[in-house]
Amino acid sequence: MRTRRTIAAAMSVLALTAVAACGKSGSPSDNAAGGSAAPKPPTYQVKTDVKLTGSKTFDNAKKRGHLVIGAKSDQPFLGFEDLSAGSGASARSGFDIEIARMVAADLGFGPDQIEWKTIASANRENALSGDGDHQIDFYVGTYTINEKRKAQVSFAGPYLVAGQDLLVAKDNTTITGPESVKDKSVCSVTGSTSIDNITPYGAKITKYETYSQCVDKLMTGEVDAVTTDDAILKGYAAKNPDKLKVVGKPFTKEPYGVGLAKDDSVLRNAINDALKAHEDNGDWKKAYDATLGLSGAPASAVPALERY
Amino acid sequence: MSSALTSTVLYDTPGPRARARYRAFGVLSLLGIAALLWYAYDSLAGAGQFAAAMWDPFQYTAIQQRILDGLQSTLTAFGLAAVLSLALGSLLAAGQLSDHRPVRAVAKAIVQFFRAMPLLIMIFAFYHSVFATSPLWALVTGLTLYNGAVQAEIIRSGVNAVPRGQGEAAYALGMRKTQVLFTILVPQAVRSMLPTIIGQLVVTLKDTSLGFLITYTELLYAGKLIASNTSTPNGYPYIPVTIVIGVIYIGMCLALTALAKWLEARGRRGANRRTTAAA
Amino acid sequence: MGILFEDGNFALFRAGFLQTVELSALSALLALLLGTLLAAFRVSPVPALRVFGTVWVNVFRNTPLTLLFFAVAFGLPRLDVHFSSFVFAVIALGSYTASFVCEVLRSGINTVPLGQAEAARSLGMNFGQTLGLIVLPQAARSVLGPMSSVFIALPRNSAVAGAFSVSELFSVQGTLTERGYNILSIFFWLAAAYLLVSAVVAVIFRLLETRLAVAR
Repeated sequence: MRTRRTIAAAMSVLALTAVAACGKSGSPSDNAAGGSAAPKPPTYQVKTDVKLTGSKTFDNAKKRGHLVIGAKSDQPFLGFEDLSAGSGASARSGFDIEIARMVAADLGFGPDQIEWKTIASANRENALSGDGDHQIDFYVGTYTINEKRKAQVSFAGPYLVAGQDLLVAKDNTTITGPESVKDKSVCSVTGSTSIDNITPYGAKITKYETYSQCVDKLMTGEVDAVTTDDAILKGYAAKNPDKLKVVGKPFTKEPYGVGLAKDDSVLRNAINDALKAHEDNGDWKKAYDATLGLSGAPASAVPALERY
Repeated sequence: MSSALTSTVLYDTPGPRARARYRAFGVLSLLGIAALLWYAYDSLAGAGQFAAAMWDPFQYTAIQQRILDGLQSTLTAFGLAAVLSLALGSLLAAGQLSDHRPVRAVAKAIVQFFRAMPLLIMIFAFYHSVFATSPLWALVTGLTLYNGAVQAEIIRSGVNAVPRGQGEAAYALGMRKTQVLFTILVPQAVRSMLPTIIGQLVVTLKDTSLGFLITYTELLYAGKLIASNTSTPNGYPYIPVTIVIGVIYIGMCLALTALAKWLEARGRRGANRRTTAAA
Repeated sequence: MGILFEDGNFALFRAGFLQTVELSALSALLALLLGTLLAAFRVSPVPALRVFGTVWVNVFRNTPLTLLFFAVAFGLPRLDVHFSSFVFAVIALGSYTASFVCEVLRSGINTVPLGQAEAARSLGMNFGQTLGLIVLPQAARSVLGPMSSVFIALPRNSAVAGAFSVSELFSVQGTLTERGYNILSIFFWLAAAYLLVSAVVAVIFRLLETRLAVAR
């Protein structure tokens, strides 16, 4: 027994020294795609003296002095967090993040006045619910606008229209679109509409919690394809261009919106105005080229806002 | 250790031939295990799991900090849940042992209900109803209710195992029901059930990992994020992360078990040592 | 509360329920076999096997189940072991529960009066016979209570498999939430289903206990 205790103690000491001793800072190879010539996202003019009367969310944010924005953290070029770069605001990158930053700027909050919170898909509605006291002020992360969700939250936007597509191994020639996935095993994320959309085509479905788990399974050859919105898939393809490719035949329309508390029409209008302004002054395009554009996808047209 | 005692009862002291046989058998099984381990190591290495890129993230101070933060969140949730579940457990155990039939029935119903509910569902339900803004408390409440119910059962069976004379003597001294229960029976019960109680605390510690479901950024969540945000040519470093995080969890749980053993040894040292009942 | 009986939800729900039952039953079987074997290892005369049993129990009992699922679902394929996600789930859940079964049995072995094993040995029985014919049957009987806790916990634990591509009961929740149903009414039915499963397990053990009870 004494020996076991000693072993346990030794182990913990070892673990602690291992953690404390060596440590690099900075990030490993985050410039893999693009290199130094890659376009940088624009900086946004932070507005001063922004007044929104009647938005509880905005009032709370003003009082606390910063915005709390919900996002994804594991989708390259969309909503990504570089863990080795620390937990500061600079560690976040991607098109969704840029959209959030430009909206924040128009609400009077600079990039260092944003607190990011990673919220998984299943918890989005919950994070935006509650009476004026939400976990997050708004959410930007591949959030498809649809009628059922509109019953629980409100949407500004859309700011991008994606479509469901398939990610396959580079040398795969048999899967050319949704019609060719019959009896093939296709992976997607638990509880996503992507699964409902691909099931009618006769695919064998595999479900994991995150897309990177699916991509891992694709790389080991256990599944034949990964399916979800093309915007997400392109990011993964760009991270491993020698092994993966996107089929490129989107078969649904997924308009991405900014999610916010239901019936906060003041904030919704303000966000829509912000999106409109940045789309018109070219920030949208610049942000796209500096993020999603790096994954090789040409910028699609700016979608028209759906104000309601 | 008590197992050593039983082992010798289960088989004769080996003679020279038996010893040789055991040794041969031991060597064979060792070889078998070693071969399996080597195969595992070799295939993992072949799949690039020991490539530098897979382990690279762990070198960065920011990522180490992430793991430490995760560890701290895990320990916070565990500490709160441990204290609260023990309190709830004693309360429910007292309820189950009450003289009043309604109290007994209610306590029993609560215990049975929360013991059977999947923790995942409870945590999710609390997060989506009461604690929308505080994942920590959703997690702690779920853990407390489930583990409290289990601890109640453990304490109750411990109280039932205290020799009857103890309670009778206390009543004879003129103590009241509550006094008897909390000053005579429960302390002895806790002492005799300590290994089981700590065993359940280990379960509590492990179950804090369910917090990742409701955006509570504990240790396992940190690990998963590290794995999913590190893309290498050989896939994502799920195996390295599993190894690192697994070692941390096993270390913590073994430490807790060691604490239990130490407490047990301390408790046994004093008077009133109860020998294991001869069934 | 009526969501169960709307557009095809019941079929989904029933499929999930059956999958949970099947997963729990197979894992229980694996856990029982493996756990007994491990318990035998831990009291065996061969030191190498004793060490193996101890290491197994300490590793599997002290690792969160989710982490074990990761090791199985993402590790085994890289060892060229390819099964369906369901079989992977049975392996993970079974070997996790086996470590608990082993410890319960071992504590049961300690409660069997020494005279029993001594008598067996004096009749010339070897280790396997002593353990298999005399000690384990009595040990199993005396630990039915703790054993029932282990097997009541098993269907609950199987919910973790939902995150690893097994369409069991808990994963039905994800699908229904995505279809936009109120999460609390989904939980109501899930809770009812899990309570039913645990109640059945509890009743089985209650029956076993009365059937096997022996005055000592």
